[in-house]
Amino acid sequence: MSYRVKRSEFDDILSKLQEDYKIYAPTRKKDKGTFSDTDLVLYDRVSSLEEIDFNSKTKYSPKEVVFPITQTLFYFNGNEYIEAEDKGEKVLVFLRPCEVNAFKRLDKIFLENGPQEDIYYKRLREKVKFVVVECTEGFDSCFCVSMGTNRTDDYSVFIRVSDEEIFCEVKDDELAEVFVDKESTDYSPEFIQENKQQVEVPALEDITTDLFDSEIWKEYSKRCIGCGRCNTVCPTCSCWTMQDISYQDNENIGERRRVWAGCHIDGYTEMAGGHDFRTTYGDRMRFKTLHKIYDFRKRFDIDMCVGCGRCEDVCPQYISFVGAIKKLNQAIKEGKNNG
Amino acid sequence: MANNPYIPTTVEIISIRPESEVDYTYRLAIDLDVDNGQFVEVSIPKVGECPISVSDFGEGYIDLTIRHVGKVTNQIAHLEVGDKLGIRGPYGNGFPIEEYRGKDLVIAAGGTGLAPVKSIINYFYRNSKEVNSLTLLLGFKNPANILFADEIAKWERADHINVILTVDEGDEDWTGNVGLVTDIVDRVDFDNVANRSVVIVGPPIMMKFTSLEFMKHDIKEEQIWVSFERKMSCGIGKCGHCKMDDTYICVEGPVFNYTKAKNLVD
Repeated sequence: MSYRVKRSEFDDILSKLQEDYKIYAPTRKKDKGTFSDTDLVLYDRVSSLEEIDFNSKTKYSPKEVVFPITQTLFYFNGNEYIEAEDKGEKVLVFLRPCEVNAFKRLDKIFLENGPQEDIYYKRLREKVKFVVVECTEGFDSCFCVSMGTNRTDDYSVFIRVSDEEIFCEVKDDELAEVFVDKESTDYSPEFIQENKQQVEVPALEDITTDLFDSEIWKEYSKRCIGCGRCNTVCPTCSCWTMQDISYQDNENIGERRRVWAGCHIDGYTEMAGGHDFRTTYGDRMRFKTLHKIYDFRKRFDIDMCVGCGRCEDVCPQYISFVGAIKKLNQAIKEGKNNG
Repeated sequence: MANNPYIPTTVEIISIRPESEVDYTYRLAIDLDVDNGQFVEVSIPKVGECPISVSDFGEGYIDLTIRHVGKVTNQIAHLEVGDKLGIRGPYGNGFPIEEYRGKDLVIAAGGTGLAPVKSIINYFYRNSKEVNSLTLLLGFKNPANILFADEIAKWERADHINVILTVDEGDEDWTGNVGLVTDIVDRVDFDNVANRSVVIVGPPIMMKFTSLEFMKHDIKEEQIWVSFERKMSCGIGKCGHCKMDDTYICVEGPVFNYTKAKNLVD
């Protein structure tokens, strides 16, 4: 069912939803940006329509909802382990189609990869529902159409926001009662058909190990500074490291957490004794690039990258991921021509 | 939440045995269903966790041979018999022992690489009739770094085991071989090449060049198995640290046939 809701009425809907759900959406934090007089757009809890920024791309992705930056797994008390509690709150996230597709990538790793499900991820993930915001224009650095992530069917509510009203397609029975007294309409979602940036992802069989030594990666050894911004803003980067802490007040007590880690950052592969792999930034760029558009697909039949373009938005060295894919295509082509 | 894969089991240290100047074997009181070559995650609350391969196991115990070189292992150095450690696992796959039955098996180990294969050697030491022959190529940095000296002496005394030991650098008392493991490969009896299986474990460069050396003697890629060491934070395919290409070393490894291993590029 689809409904037409006046903007002035939407806060009532949010209020009712908040009785059962924590609501996250893109928000704009005035003057909190990296540079002076710039704002920071990021996901945060909201309670009113006014707080939601529908017109900007967030710097960070909504993955924190299911994969927090730091997450306590359990507590220590001597040699006793006490599992961290789950608050059990249900969550609604206002997000875009590419970001829903990013959650599917996280699901692959945390729920399907390896011998067991990740129970900490699962218990957060099970409580998340999506309100997808129609996105027919995109942003300058987006390339979701190329990645096939411009569409999704996985949502509870799909909305189109205009100056006067909000059109809502409601698929979730549990949420439908909040909309039931609103005017029905024939709204159906639209998806972006073309981005400003386009790129062709190479076929699996075109990527061979000789490309690992390609000259194209050497450029990144000079340009990349290993800051890991691209990893932290990526909605699909899922790597993490165990971290133990103890409390100053009582040294017998502490906790084990997982914290985000990234393949571009020093120490990611370093083992005890100092043995390290992928020490050059070019090798790390190669590893990440091929993970996002090659080996994840080999394993799970979908590319990991969802084309949100955040990595390009935040890179202090202006490294473009689309540019890297294009260079890879060129290297493949040249290799074939040479062969 | 039942069956939480991240919560360790607390186990007691039964014995601590020095193996070299820097390596110690900790025997832990735990019954684990281990395959030769698998690893466990060892932890000390408030310090951290690290992956360590199981160097031997039996009823009621596992052995971990640990070099004190990292945050967790340096803390383990302060522990005594009766102290406790956290253990999760075992993780990964082991060596396919069934493939080695009836074969002329060669095991080449470099340094601490001997730890993950020690249990296989001891298995075929005890079950000598299950292999046609067993040759051990053991390389260490120097005589002071030789691991499991008593066990090596035990293997040397066995009729069906041929032990060739070498060190990168000798000392005044050393009268044995000096050189890399690759230098002693040609001392293996390569009659009936087709019946050989080769296990190679050590630093990445050692595994690569030792494999190539064996292939010069007409050993085929599919006859060689290696084991990878990586920084594994979770051990169950989630944290991403150990991934190479589309392969998670903690899940599909650490043991690989060379046909697969040769395509794994860091």
